[in-house]
Amino acid sequence: MGGLTTAMFLFLIASGLSLVFGVMRVLNFAHGSFYMIGAYLAWQAVQWLQPTPERFWPAALFAALGVALLGALVERLLLRYLYGREELYQLLFTYALVLILGDAAKFVWGTTQLSVSRPPSLAGGFEIFGATLPYYNLFIMAAGSAIAVVGWLVLSRTGAGRMVRAASFDREMLDALGANVGAIYTGMFVVSSFLAGLSGALVTPIQSIVPGMDVEIIVQAFIVVVIGGLGSFWGTFLGSVIYGQVLSFGILIFPGFSLFSVFALMAVILVIRPWGLLGRPL
Amino acid sequence: MTRRRGAFARHIPWTLIIFLVAFWVPWVGSRYDTFLATQIAIDALFAVSLNLLLGTTGLVSFGHVAYFGVGAYVCAILMKTYGFPFAAAFPAAGIGAAGFALVFGFFCVRLTKIYFAMLTLAFSQIVWAVCFKWNDVTGGDQGLPDIPYPDLDWISAIPGLAELRIGDRFYLLTLLLVAVCLAVLRQIVRSPFGRMLTTIRDNAERAAFIGLNVRAYELAAFVIAGGFAGLAGALFGIFNRGVFADYVFWSKSAEVMIMTILGGMDYFWGPPVGALALVWLNQQTTSYTEYWPFVLGTLLVVLLFAFPGGIVGGLVTGFRFARRRLVPGDA
Repeated sequence: MGGLTTAMFLFLIASGLSLVFGVMRVLNFAHGSFYMIGAYLAWQAVQWLQPTPERFWPAALFAALGVALLGALVERLLLRYLYGREELYQLLFTYALVLILGDAAKFVWGTTQLSVSRPPSLAGGFEIFGATLPYYNLFIMAAGSAIAVVGWLVLSRTGAGRMVRAASFDREMLDALGANVGAIYTGMFVVSSFLAGLSGALVTPIQSIVPGMDVEIIVQAFIVVVIGGLGSFWGTFLGSVIYGQVLSFGILIFPGFSLFSVFALMAVILVIRPWGLLGRPL
Repeated sequence: MTRRRGAFARHIPWTLIIFLVAFWVPWVGSRYDTFLATQIAIDALFAVSLNLLLGTTGLVSFGHVAYFGVGAYVCAILMKTYGFPFAAAFPAAGIGAAGFALVFGFFCVRLTKIYFAMLTLAFSQIVWAVCFKWNDVTGGDQGLPDIPYPDLDWISAIPGLAELRIGDRFYLLTLLLVAVCLAVLRQIVRSPFGRMLTTIRDNAERAAFIGLNVRAYELAAFVIAGGFAGLAGALFGIFNRGVFADYVFWSKSAEVMIMTILGGMDYFWGPPVGALALVWLNQQTTSYTEYWPFVLGTLLVVLLFAFPGGIVGGLVTGFRFARRRLVPGDA
């Protein structure tokens, strides 16, 4: 069950990363930084709303919107000028964002651990198979599944989703047909940043907020999207579930080497099926 | 982007000149200058080894630090745990790193572009996870402190060098070894083999069409680059007086890549210039502020947007421009 909570969290984070790669072919190292900024913004908003009992929910929404705005600025002002360039430049640009945002967060919020208490409406937990499962973890699982279903419905059933899928197939063709590809890219990046900020906010009641959580999470998110398939939506979901299970069973089978086992899994997938379990070859 | 090498850089023995100039650092500069110069020399070798992949062959490796780390650990373990002399441990570090690069590279060169970058990243994280957890051999998260200095008494036996401190002696040894490695790498890049790598970078399909075994060439470049990175790592472990798992974490790969881009990856001497600039900048910045990554990130953004050719690229462009203006008719 612990594995499933981890999995849903990773899905929330990795889905944004995967969407951006699928549509824009940009591997965004800064996705983890957006996640971290989301966590800090949520903490900040919780401080501002101090006496309100259910202050966590507006704080989480504020954090997600704040990070979405940050993503919009980054895409509009900088990233879009790099689309025509080699991948190396895009990778290094997003890495530069990691450095800048990481230090900016240190500057504003310091290096001490910060934490947010669970919202009172989800405070308790219940007994299952002899272990206590907090209601909050249950909520995370529900939220992850809900995002998966909504995301899939939007992508497969709506006009906007069709445009996004078309852009991921053939950007130039869509451009030639008169669609505003630039707007689609900006929109995707904003949605992806929103998801990163939201997952950063939602993680705060479970984990304390520390500098360095950005580079730690981004590697995990990379593993998830590589296992499932870069750019594949359900692949990311599957990848998250597999990651969570490998990590929790890895601890049982080779204690101390669970990290090794997930990286090894990533390498094996890349060697056998570089486009991932549910992805398609580029 | 033009990838033509400047004609003026072709016939000057830069390695020898730089060696002869840098040789005097212990006498001219302070102890701290010698310390910085040692770091620059090691970083320069590491960055040039990466550039054999990045600039020469066009392979974006995001896990080059793995081979640096393997070299550092091999040298440190042999010298500290088994008491091997440096003369044996140093080449062993290069061979060990090249061996890892052969195994990992065998799989990596089968992939292209972003997948190549991801797989190199995955392998380097595997190396990191093993170094971090394998307490018996690598010291785990405690690392391997107190690596002995190599026996450098023979340097003192040379007339005129008897007065040097141990740090200065190690600097001279590092400088000599790095200079030899750079000279070898320079020859590799200039050789027909190096030209083939550049052909692959410019158009891999065409290279395959004229009969090149593209994967074999890429693998050879990967192994050579890994081996030299291992040698740099071996020197770094001794210089740093210890090897720790942190040095193998993936963000270090990004740092050396920034060094390479900052100097200019289209030029052989770009990465060493980048190493010099970055170490100097780091030292200048950290005396004012602790937010060095912020400065580095901002610098990187400016670089990517304004000077994609790096420092050397910018200098060469400026030089050509000046020559056109000053000498009319000379293209």
